[in-house]
Amino acid sequence: MNRQAQTAVLFLTGVALLRAGFTDLYLRYVKAGLRPLLLAAGVVLIATAVATVWYELRRPRVSADVSPEPPPDTGKAQGTAVAQGTERGRDTGTARDDGDTGDDGATGEGGPPHSHAHREPRVSWLLVLPLAALILVAPPALGSYTAMRSGTALQPSWGYPDLPSRDPVRLGVADYGGRAAYDHGRSLGHRRITMTGFIALDHGGRPYLVRMVLSCCAADAQPVKIGLTGRIPPVLQPDSWVEVTGGYTARRAEDPVNGGVIPYLEVDRMRPVPAPRDPYESWGG
Amino acid sequence: MAITKAAPPRGDRSERDGPRQEKPKGQGRQSSSSLVLVMVLLLVVVAQGPIRRALAAPAMESWMTVFVAVVVQALPFLVLGVLLSAAIAVFVPASFFARALPKRPVLAVPAAGVAGAVLPGCECASVPVAGALVRRGVTPAAALAFLLSAPAINPIVLTATAVAFPREPRMVLARFVASLVVACAMGWLWHRLGRTDWLRPPARPSAEGLGKGAAFWASVRHDVMHAGGFLVVGAMVAATLKAVVPADWLRAAADDPVVSVLVLAVLAVLLSICSEADAFVAASLSQFSLTARLAFLVVGPMIDLKLFAMQTATFGRGFALRFAPATFALAIVVAALTGTVLL
Repeated sequence: MNRQAQTAVLFLTGVALLRAGFTDLYLRYVKAGLRPLLLAAGVVLIATAVATVWYELRRPRVSADVSPEPPPDTGKAQGTAVAQGTERGRDTGTARDDGDTGDDGATGEGGPPHSHAHREPRVSWLLVLPLAALILVAPPALGSYTAMRSGTALQPSWGYPDLPSRDPVRLGVADYGGRAAYDHGRSLGHRRITMTGFIALDHGGRPYLVRMVLSCCAADAQPVKIGLTGRIPPVLQPDSWVEVTGGYTARRAEDPVNGGVIPYLEVDRMRPVPAPRDPYESWGG
Repeated sequence: MAITKAAPPRGDRSERDGPRQEKPKGQGRQSSSSLVLVMVLLLVVVAQGPIRRALAAPAMESWMTVFVAVVVQALPFLVLGVLLSAAIAVFVPASFFARALPKRPVLAVPAAGVAGAVLPGCECASVPVAGALVRRGVTPAAALAFLLSAPAINPIVLTATAVAFPREPRMVLARFVASLVVACAMGWLWHRLGRTDWLRPPARPSAEGLGKGAAFWASVRHDVMHAGGFLVVGAMVAATLKAVVPADWLRAAADDPVVSVLVLAVLAVLLSICSEADAFVAASLSQFSLTARLAFLVVGPMIDLKLFAMQTATFGRGFALRFAPATFALAIVVAALTGTVLL
């Protein structure tokens, strides 16, 4: 890949990161806390592209001052090449980029002996893939397919603070799961609970309310599954987002994937809702 | 639309990039590279309907999401590491490191290993920084100790480990000790056995004749393109594993104490999870013993697919092929011993 193409890829990647950061798109892939870093990275990438262009444009003027022979009016390019002898090797190497495979281009055939010919590897082309995926396809947040393939990630927590006094009280799926599974519902009592998550069905068609929990990015996302019982609509569409209201029940099941605990919720009411802004929960949040 | 905006200056510059004597050949190649890029992007834009339909299967969607997530998550840390590395290469004089580190490599190794604690980031940042240290004349043994220890023992990662294992505070201590021991041992091992001709960093653009600003940005551009490409390779492999290998295979492996350590070590290599997040994944692998999970936490930040690809890019293939298996074996042994003693 030559310098022009690199500049274009850097610029587009920066723009894609900024776009993802300024819309809610980034929340499909990483946790909300990474947003400032994403935006900063986007700015740096764009700055790198701009700096590359800037130094390319400035070079002829600088060299014209140093050059002993007047730069030909046909193109500043030749003046540059003549005046900047030390740069020649590098440019030679860059020019050879596309043709070369094989191992390290430590020796530049044809280049001046003192120069180190350099070759940007073809692997740089792969950067086009995430760029295309992010700009054009924008894959959705992880859903029931991933959730049912991995074990529930419920973990015992430090402690379970008292519930706020509202009724029904709104809890995160992981929060309810922890209280129900490891505190045996003591902190839940007979309170009415409201949670939002998406529907996933296991092989036997049993419905679960699932929320993926992530600590950094979607690659480490893990499901927290709550079994649903009580007044459930007969037909449930996997991956549809719902809000359920109900109460604690002592019923529980074992996740066939990793043997983890799946607590249940006795559902009173279930209604479809649009997907939330941030489809994931994060630990402790 | 961004493509059309960026196009005119690019076409203009291709004139200047070709050196005189190779102009016809050079120029042909130069423009063909940009041309291919424009063609590829146009093709994707035109064909996006069919492409989207082809990617609509749940497994494919999940693959793409994980792939994009790994890249998006790692890019900021890569950029941070690349900026640091460029700053070290351009603005810090080589004499600084000669003064800052002990003269004898045997002592410089643990010093550099402990210094790894101050780089707050994951492994994507440490590879370019270690590369810059080597080029700046730091003894490779010390730079490698830094490379291995930085992603594992910095405060952010240790805090994440403490949060992920609320009932096992010894896990944090075990991770710190085991990671530091492996990093120093690898540094000393390199000092004893390593040969400089294995360490062949691919040639870089020479900074001679460039101003400091130009050299800085050239270094940033080069490193992002270089390491970024390899990052994409690692992300593709990790996404494939996450989307294809069923998690219940792991359950069968968890029963045997020796097999479980090996399986989680291999899993750490294959999954290539960021070191700031791996503790949470380890915590959820609750069917495995604590020692096995410690192996996961020690191996992961030191060697995984993404890191191997990036090390190849920074230090050369001959180096990575020797260094990575040695690190892997040593990390497993040390993690198993530490786990037996501490956990």
